[in-house]
Amino acid sequence: MTIHICIGSSCHLKGSEQVVNLFQSAVEQHHLEDKITLAGSFCTGRCNREGVTVQVDDEIITGVTPETFDQFFNSTVLPKL
Amino acid sequence: MNETRKFDTKVQYLKYKVLREVAKQAWNDTLLENLLDIPKIIVPGKTPTMRCCVYKERAILAERVKIAMGGRSDRSNIIEVIDIACDECPAAGYEVTDSCRGCLAHRCEDACKRGAISFDHNHVAHIDKNKCVECGQCAKVCPYSAIANRKRPCQAACKIKAISINENNAAQIDDKKCISCGACVYQCPFGAISDKSYILNVVDLLKKSQLGKNYKLFAVVAPSISSQFTYAKLGQVISGLKKLGFHTVVEAALGADMVAQAESKELAEKGFLTSSCCPAFVDYTRKNYPTLIPHISHNLSPMATIARYIKETTANAKVVFIGPCTAKKMEVQLDTVKPYVDSALTFEELQALFDSRDIDITALEEDVLDNASYFGRIFARSGGLSDAVAEGLKEQGLDDFELHAVSCDGIEECKKALTLKSKNLLKENFIEGMACVGGCIGGAGCLTHGAKDKAQVDRYGQEAMEKNILDAISILQ
Repeated sequence: MTIHICIGSSCHLKGSEQVVNLFQSAVEQHHLEDKITLAGSFCTGRCNREGVTVQVDDEIITGVTPETFDQFFNSTVLPKL
Repeated sequence: MNETRKFDTKVQYLKYKVLREVAKQAWNDTLLENLLDIPKIIVPGKTPTMRCCVYKERAILAERVKIAMGGRSDRSNIIEVIDIACDECPAAGYEVTDSCRGCLAHRCEDACKRGAISFDHNHVAHIDKNKCVECGQCAKVCPYSAIANRKRPCQAACKIKAISINENNAAQIDDKKCISCGACVYQCPFGAISDKSYILNVVDLLKKSQLGKNYKLFAVVAPSISSQFTYAKLGQVISGLKKLGFHTVVEAALGADMVAQAESKELAEKGFLTSSCCPAFVDYTRKNYPTLIPHISHNLSPMATIARYIKETTANAKVVFIGPCTAKKMEVQLDTVKPYVDSALTFEELQALFDSRDIDITALEEDVLDNASYFGRIFARSGGLSDAVAEGLKEQGLDDFELHAVSCDGIEECKKALTLKSKNLLKENFIEGMACVGGCIGGAGCLTHGAKDKAQVDRYGQEAMEKNILDAISILQ
């Protein structure tokens, strides 16, 4: 699975760097290094006021924030593996 | 607002008017039919405003239109002389001016070892050009500073001596020496030297992308943008770019963060490096110091580094670089860079592009631009790269390597450091070379060159959310 985290200006200002860090530690914690590839991407054209845009394979999910990250990872990422 | 206020000189303003008109016609698909009328659109009526007559003005404008459309295809140098615009300035070297008072002392005569100085019946000095060797001793000793050294501004600006005078008395560029820095372009008071423009390529790229339907067109902007478009907010410039049809805007400074990281590592491994950011400096080193070529950092420039990253991670992406630099137009033609950057524009050309679409950026909402760290952003000014490499060494735990950087501000200082290194006399172990004085903020493609520019770049750097390099590029590795 490839996860692209938007590091474009808008997402960056909404904390994409923290989301990247959370992803990196979550992958480590669940020992998913072989299954998940993390990458940065630039604007996917879905900027919003809520949070960071993340693309999990072909699915684009918007509004991920450090606060909602755990829930997002458990309910959206893990079931897809 | 008075349009000329956006530029330092009226020469830039004239160039801008040509670029704007060419771009406007291209947007409307009317360029071919109106091509020959453009000079008349810019200089209407019968009264000359710049030259001896409107016909010469229009003839020169026709040449400017050619350059705005990509210039001569038989010459690869992106810097071109417009022969008929060259005013054939006096270039006589040392001459006695009318400040000569016909004194008794005749120090000039005594100072001249060649016997080139004689006096007329009014005791006024004259220099025999057949004997004079341009040593300047007479000028030094004259108590009235009556002897002037007449040099052409283009030749004075070209510190690497690539400009000579041809048989028609016009300036001529030696393409083998020229590093495309654009110093002569900015300094020629008659606008007789110009950088070829690829503004039509960019209009074409924007049109064909169809607002992202066919491909995503990225604008990569140089950090020196923080000292430009000062009549508006930076966020409004970003909005303007998106309004033109760019998919999004990415900071070249993020590429600078990546370069700082890689270059500091390479430096610690090799022990000595010269920087790879400034294409004019790299070209100069290659042309004049072949023995130092192995020491040129193997990293791509920040522009090419970020463009490569965009193309590797985004399907169907194209990239246009926008910066202060004429030499970048040469760099994007290099085989190592060509696959990543599709075209390059200067800030001058971006202003023309905005106005060709009647986009008043001051009326737009502020968008955001934030990808890079403080260190990536300060690459725009002399000394910034060395600071970033020092930070890169620290952040990667390469503290054992003691950095001694020499920041060369302008090509003359570069020459000095490179010459010392080629003779093994340089103490420092890192040469930061910037061909333009002040760094990129002194670039020939800037709209304005002001005393406050450096402070503006530093402030822009401090506004970066990330204060260190690794934070800014953690996901990119």
